[in-house]
Amino acid sequence: MLLNIKNLHVSIDGKEIIKGLNLGVNSGEVHAIMGPNGTGKSTLAAAITGRDGYEITEGEIWFKGKNIVELSAEERANEGIFLSFQYPVEIPGVSMTNFMRTAVNARREYHKQPPMPAGEFLKMMEEKKNLVEIHAKLTNRSVNEGFSGGEKKKNEIFQMAMLEPTLAILDETDSGLDIDALKVVAKGVNQLRSKDNAFVIITHYQRLLDHITPDFVHVLYDGKIVKTGGKNLALELEERGYEWIKDHQLA
Amino acid sequence: MDTNTNNNILDEVTQGEYKYGFYTDIENVMAPLGLDESTVRFISEKKQEPEWMLEFRLKAFRHWQSLTEPEWAHITYQKIDYQSIYYYAAPKKKKEYESLDEVDPELLETFNKLGISLDEQKRLSGVAVDAVIDSVSVKTTFQDTLAKHGIIFCAFSEAVREHPELVKKYMGSVVPYTDNYFAALNSAVFSDGSFCFIPKGVRCPLELSTYFRINAANTGQFERTLIVAEEGSYVSYMEGCTAPMRDENQLHAAIVEIVAMDDAEVKYSTVQNWYPGDKQGKGGVYNFVTKRGLCKGKRSKIAWTQVETGSAITWKYPSCVLMGDNSIGEFYSVAVTNNMQQADTGTKMIHIGKNTRSTIISKGISAGRSNNTYRGLVKILPGAVNSRNFSQCDSLLLGDKCGAHTFPYIQAKNESSIIEHEATTSKISEDQLFYCNQRGIDTEKAIGLIVNGYAKEVLNKLPMEFAVEAQKLLSITLEGSVG
Repeated sequence: MLLNIKNLHVSIDGKEIIKGLNLGVNSGEVHAIMGPNGTGKSTLAAAITGRDGYEITEGEIWFKGKNIVELSAEERANEGIFLSFQYPVEIPGVSMTNFMRTAVNARREYHKQPPMPAGEFLKMMEEKKNLVEIHAKLTNRSVNEGFSGGEKKKNEIFQMAMLEPTLAILDETDSGLDIDALKVVAKGVNQLRSKDNAFVIITHYQRLLDHITPDFVHVLYDGKIVKTGGKNLALELEERGYEWIKDHQLA
Repeated sequence: MDTNTNNNILDEVTQGEYKYGFYTDIENVMAPLGLDESTVRFISEKKQEPEWMLEFRLKAFRHWQSLTEPEWAHITYQKIDYQSIYYYAAPKKKKEYESLDEVDPELLETFNKLGISLDEQKRLSGVAVDAVIDSVSVKTTFQDTLAKHGIIFCAFSEAVREHPELVKKYMGSVVPYTDNYFAALNSAVFSDGSFCFIPKGVRCPLELSTYFRINAANTGQFERTLIVAEEGSYVSYMEGCTAPMRDENQLHAAIVEIVAMDDAEVKYSTVQNWYPGDKQGKGGVYNFVTKRGLCKGKRSKIAWTQVETGSAITWKYPSCVLMGDNSIGEFYSVAVTNNMQQADTGTKMIHIGKNTRSTIISKGISAGRSNNTYRGLVKILPGAVNSRNFSQCDSLLLGDKCGAHTFPYIQAKNESSIIEHEATTSKISEDQLFYCNQRGIDTEKAIGLIVNGYAKEVLNKLPMEFAVEAQKLLSITLEGSVG
């Protein structure tokens, strides 16, 4: 199993948000995690990627056979976990090219490889840009600075393509996207899908799942996964609304 | 990120060690301790100066005695005891070196350690170096090459002897000895520095560079630099500085004067990395510097670029007097303060001629318990019609114990001129750091990346070789500070 989360409990400032969550993801799979706002979807993403302030009070996160709970955020990233941010951050004055080169070489250093030669790096940039239909100009600009909402999300997928993670977590990647951008993002993800990697797609709505077909759909509610099914579960949720889950829980 | 983590990272990483803190054991000739008229005479005699130079020094000294140390800057420090400083220290060897073989190997080693090779054969092409240690110029490279173009680039004391007419004409014409307390002191006891003259129509084919090093203990460094660019000439000049780590404070009070005639352009770049003192604020260089450029001619241009990372105290306002019509003044600055450092720095743009333009870009970065102040004056006189100024003053705070202050002074005396001022204060956010971490970039590297991005507008103005050094310096000085 690529990712195996066992009985995970996560607190922020002493308040428990994730309350005993279990999730197993194999290579080659796409999992969607759905749920109403405030149930812990983004907290889960932050806990897996090792963000400070998200305290794991109990449980384990196994990734490629290693419990990564004690690893720093950058170590987890370099082990192959990628997060596509819900709100990508602007870094003024730092060009995308410079940022990506730093990231790619940080990963290589972590794996005790020499830095990537400049020519090879630029060639790789060109290839990956085409994949997500990103404009050449975008990579000369500062990281996310002045990017539109759609450009920012495409830029996340571009970075994912560059870093070739084994596990990619997409946190609300569809929020704020028009249908054209959504299609581009989905196309990028579909092209990157392989038997060697896995995706966890966190979303409130099922519309992204029209374009990226999940193998499993999980419903997160009050810090736990309360229902798991196939791709049809997403449709059912869309139809019946999250109230259905709530009622289900109370029953 | 919780506050604790923030502070830990801050503590850990804002404390990159000062790597130029070594001391070279060289035998010195020193002036007697303290300052009176006989000290001034001693220095002048050691330098075998003509009578007029001694007169200039004595006038300045007498004027200095009538002044009191200024207290308006946003800095606090123990009063300097001017009688406990040595005003002259020179390596005990012959003053002039015929070839590099004659230079004390200890001295060469010193500059090698600093990454400055004085061996012309080994120099990267394109940079001529004047190396000044304590009170004397050790070696100027590429003089012959420059002479072919009629360019004079030599030690200031050499210029006094070899080119007295030029020195007499321009010295003190931009910064008179009456200008301020530290300018008067410098004019009385100045040791060495560089002199640079670019004749009419000549584009200087090399970057000119002076490297200053304070070595001896309790010694003040009072260098003086004079750059004259005749009609239609161009020169790019770089200055770098370091000092050993010492528990006592060292005084550095320099003067730089630039004169640009019609259509001349002078770019002056500084990477200032004097010893900043230790983490508790013990030791470090007091850096009180008067730098001013006079755009005397029409369409002349003077641009100051500075990266200030060192010194316990920095008091420095590289300025432009825009006298010629259509002349241009520029000031680009990155000032970094960490631990207990204090910087009060900025510029003055004095618009006198018509259609004069000035640009000020100042980027302050404060960490630790330091204080970083931008102080700038934009003054537009009645005759400076249609003049323009644009100022941008940004402050970046790393941590919550440091201070950033901005004191912009604006005086406009005519109605056709336009002055714009923008100011921002920001912090490196936890979001930015996590974003970098998530891409596999550790926090130290992330801070370096973000700070360099923040300062990019200014770093881009530096000559290539300097830019690389400056980028590294910024990362070293600030690695890991979080806001």
